[in-house]
Amino acid sequence: MQSDVTSFASLAPAYPELLMAVGAVVVLLLALFWKNVRPGVIAVVAIVLLLATLAVLVLQPASGVLFNGIVIVDGFARYMKALVLGAAAATVMISLSNSKEHGIDKFEYSVLVLLATLGMMIMVSANDLMSLYIGLELQSLALYVVAAMKREDPRAAEAGIKYFVLGALSSGMLLYGASLVYGFTGTTQLDQIVAAITLETRSIGLIFGMVFLLAGIAFKISAVPFHMWTPDVYEGAPTPVTAFFAAAPKVAAMALFIRVTTVSFGPITKDWQQIVIFLSIASMVLASFAAIGQDNLKRLLAYSSIGHVGFALVGLSAGTAVGVEGVAVYMAIYVAMTVGIFACVLALRTEDGRPVETITALAGLAQRKPFVAAIIAILMFSLIGLPPLAGFFAKWQVFLAAVEQNLFVLAVIGVLASAVSAFYYLRIIKVMYFDEPVAKFAAVPGELTAVMAGVGFLIVTYFFTVARPLTDAAHAAAGSLF
Amino acid sequence: MTLPLFFFYVFSVITVASALMVIAARNPVHSVLFLILAFVNSAGLFMLAGAEFLALILIVVYVGAVAVLFLFVTMMLDVDFASLRQGMLQYAPVGVVVGVILLLELLLVGGSFVLPTGVEATAMVPIEQGVQNTKAIGQLLYTRYVFLFQGAAGILLVAMIGAIVLTLRHKSNVKRQDVFRQTGRKRSEGVELVKVKSGQGL
Repeated sequence: MQSDVTSFASLAPAYPELLMAVGAVVVLLLALFWKNVRPGVIAVVAIVLLLATLAVLVLQPASGVLFNGIVIVDGFARYMKALVLGAAAATVMISLSNSKEHGIDKFEYSVLVLLATLGMMIMVSANDLMSLYIGLELQSLALYVVAAMKREDPRAAEAGIKYFVLGALSSGMLLYGASLVYGFTGTTQLDQIVAAITLETRSIGLIFGMVFLLAGIAFKISAVPFHMWTPDVYEGAPTPVTAFFAAAPKVAAMALFIRVTTVSFGPITKDWQQIVIFLSIASMVLASFAAIGQDNLKRLLAYSSIGHVGFALVGLSAGTAVGVEGVAVYMAIYVAMTVGIFACVLALRTEDGRPVETITALAGLAQRKPFVAAIIAILMFSLIGLPPLAGFFAKWQVFLAAVEQNLFVLAVIGVLASAVSAFYYLRIIKVMYFDEPVAKFAAVPGELTAVMAGVGFLIVTYFFTVARPLTDAAHAAAGSLF
Repeated sequence: MTLPLFFFYVFSVITVASALMVIAARNPVHSVLFLILAFVNSAGLFMLAGAEFLALILIVVYVGAVAVLFLFVTMMLDVDFASLRQGMLQYAPVGVVVGVILLLELLLVGGSFVLPTGVEATAMVPIEQGVQNTKAIGQLLYTRYVFLFQGAAGILLVAMIGAIVLTLRHKSNVKRQDVFRQTGRKRSEGVELVKVKSGQGL
């Protein structure tokens, strides 16, 4: 057996992963041997590494299949990796000013985020059920630890344990599915599985394997009915960690979901389509109604993220290149909105330095902090999907793809769920603008203001600034799968 | 009876018997020792099957590391196995039922299992003739699956960092050993000459 890696140059498509892996270890050693370095400095080094990896990814457009078919680097993988890296860098950045009060002011936090990001990059590039699993576990294991990092807080420990136990369960389901798929197709390589499947030879065992595989991944994107862990983990974990959970891993798991369904199970699209449609409808509807009763901001955002996963899946359920393009655009806008809203949540602190975590505590924010209130309002309108904000175009594209495939019922339910969700998003705006102020808020750190302003600008001017390049990139990404 | 067949029966009889003794022995230390015996005999079975690398790895890893670790744990934890065994008779019927069902299922699967002809050709990792075991495993692990190997290493690194982050506490009130400070101590730091006036004390 000869390796297809004969020189350093032949590794070119995997340079970003290589840089990330070596970089994470270097950051770890740097933090260990640099006496008395502040964790904030290590976090800045981690951001630089993430951005450097992003630069390598963008500037080195090599693609191909590597390591004897285990890793694939195509346009789709590069697009999703860029999203993951951007989301990770942004979420580390918004945690800089408040890591101490959230109990994550340890250099291990940055190292674990880097390793989790490496796992996500492996997931996105997986072309084999084995590399899929290795990437998923590398990512999940780092996330379990990060969730429980605030040791003195019992809620964080609960979040970590809950995430770990349910994550292990989902990994077990995924492995069971993978073993069935391997057993019934004779290969673990995603692009060879497709060659072994035809509509005539599909067996009940293969469908079984596929269902278990998709259930395992659906847990990672927290689609209903595999969402139970999300509100508890989001609420219990420190807020910067929650921001990271809501942004980067969702993108990676969604990329995995898309690659497994469209590449491996392309010939039996009709079979997985109904699963995706069910996940999508259940996520949209449940999230819209469950979020209404929430007063905790992080729980509300957890349900919001479940709902958005449902909307993104509308695009995938079309099963076409247009649909995947819609999902790619949706995930990019979702990441921007998530980073923005968590930057707002992290920026809000009462005068004595306690973080604001409930909606009622936001009362009268518009009078005390008009800028933050305005950004939150813009983000809320965008999350609802009102034109001309970015969230509208995200939903527009996925619903368009569904309608093109005559999935009218799905599209109508999606729009209705979107209307229901408007209630709880608008409630936040109402509390901020029309209720009497109760608490005073502390000053907002500079880099959070910058992030909020940046996200706000992108969302408001989306149609004129980023829409064209983003849809072009997403179009190229989706095209590499079909 | 040929010699390999003779050794096969010797090894397998001892393996099964010592496996039985692992759960039947009264003393937990004896259980672990029987476990080691079972491992060594399984290694002998591997050797007979021509998998000499696996045989030696089994002895090095399982006997050398895992079983010794077990031995340490059972000796140090001092678990009262007598109390654990209480109520064994009470649960025995359920255990017997589960065991019989499992046995029946195994027989059903084993009885109906047929390997289709020509299945070797479709194996993901075909057995190459004339390649040594060690070399074949090495090629698989370090050449074909080197990416997965390194990925698994990354997972272990995360597990290590995680275990340290979640459990290590630096206690400030604990006196630690510092060899350099201790050996570099000067006489003046440890001894003080005091002039004691007679009849007064300190």
